[in-house]
Amino acid sequence: MSLRKVFMNGIIKENPTFRLVLGMCPTLALSTAAVNGIGMGLATTFVLVGSNVFVSLLKNFIPDRVRIPAFVIIIASFVTIVELVMKAYVPSLYEALGIYIPLIVVNCIILARAEAFASKNGVVASAVDGLGMGLGFTLALTLLAAIRELIGNGSIFGMQLMGAGYQPVLIFILAPGGFFTLGLILALMNSLTDREKA
Amino acid sequence: MEKFVGIILIIISSALINNFVLSRFLGICPFLGVSRKVETAAGMGVAVIFVIAMASVITWVVERVILSPQWLLALGVDQAPDLTFLRTIAFILVIAGLVQFVEMLIQKSNPALYSALGVYLPLITTNCAVLGVAIININKGYDLLQTLFNGIGSAVGFALAIILLAGVRERLEDAEIAKPFLGFPITMLAAGLMSIAFLGFSGLIK
Repeated sequence: MSLRKVFMNGIIKENPTFRLVLGMCPTLALSTAAVNGIGMGLATTFVLVGSNVFVSLLKNFIPDRVRIPAFVIIIASFVTIVELVMKAYVPSLYEALGIYIPLIVVNCIILARAEAFASKNGVVASAVDGLGMGLGFTLALTLLAAIRELIGNGSIFGMQLMGAGYQPVLIFILAPGGFFTLGLILALMNSLTDREKA
Repeated sequence: MEKFVGIILIIISSALINNFVLSRFLGICPFLGVSRKVETAAGMGVAVIFVIAMASVITWVVERVILSPQWLLALGVDQAPDLTFLRTIAFILVIAGLVQFVEMLIQKSNPALYSALGVYLPLITTNCAVLGVAIININKGYDLLQTLFNGIGSAVGFALAIILLAGVRERLEDAEIAKPFLGFPITMLAAGLMSIAFLGFSGLIK
């Protein structure tokens, strides 16, 4: 597979959020504002690329039976790096993302890519795969967040877009709105794929 | 007495008001993945209650004894070492080890329960609710008893949500659903409606 194909695979064909439906917890919890969506997406991308590279480098040294704990430690180390860096340089984002930063460790996308891709492929391909998957996740999260922020708060990235007469539909930035918006987007994706096949 | 009331409030708050799945969005993967049938959902719920209760207590001890050893001060040490930056790594290791241990324990002591839960036990390691509860306990500065009951309450909330959703999904099997909505989309919408219902609890404790 060419590198370009590997990269695009994560963004469209196997988009972790819309196609594989993985990593739902941060997706639903942090898509209340577009800024949070991008922040979480980029943090996850960094961890994905880092852990994919290291898993790929170490794949011949890690015994098969303890590979999952070994992967988890690699992932947790990168999450700790992200946590410390965010705390130091973007404290407001660190506050907004809160408990979901340490929880990047248990984001199934990362372990899934380590197991399914990085442990079988070379370093460069693994890095590209991590980048593609991470950006696919970031795009999906930001799109979802932008929709919810627009309907629930009348703004995108904090910029007020709807007129003064717009009554925000608060439920969209509350918990149920996450389920509704994602459910509707998934249904839309399904109907588009069906039409393609037909 | 005051302590007792406090603990009751913690349980109600963690099980209903801040329901793990429906308002904090933790543990969504098993919530969507293992909620096809009420029976398996109940099995998962029980396993999660067990693991979270144990994980809460053990991670609390790890935090207090190793990562942030304030007890050293009482022994006359000038400054306690601060290892809290290792919290994420330490907790996930403890949880992974614990799940493995619980799996072996149940396999030896109660084979019937093991075969009922079998598949779901290893999955619990990647259930972010477990790590989530552990971190929330530390962030809120709970003592050991509060930690235990916050863990149990949160896990009961998870079990409640997953069993309810399984009930809804069993009904949906027979319903006529528009084709694009089959599978995940309709499950999401059902979960959204449940989440609205749980918002109703939010006025319960001030």
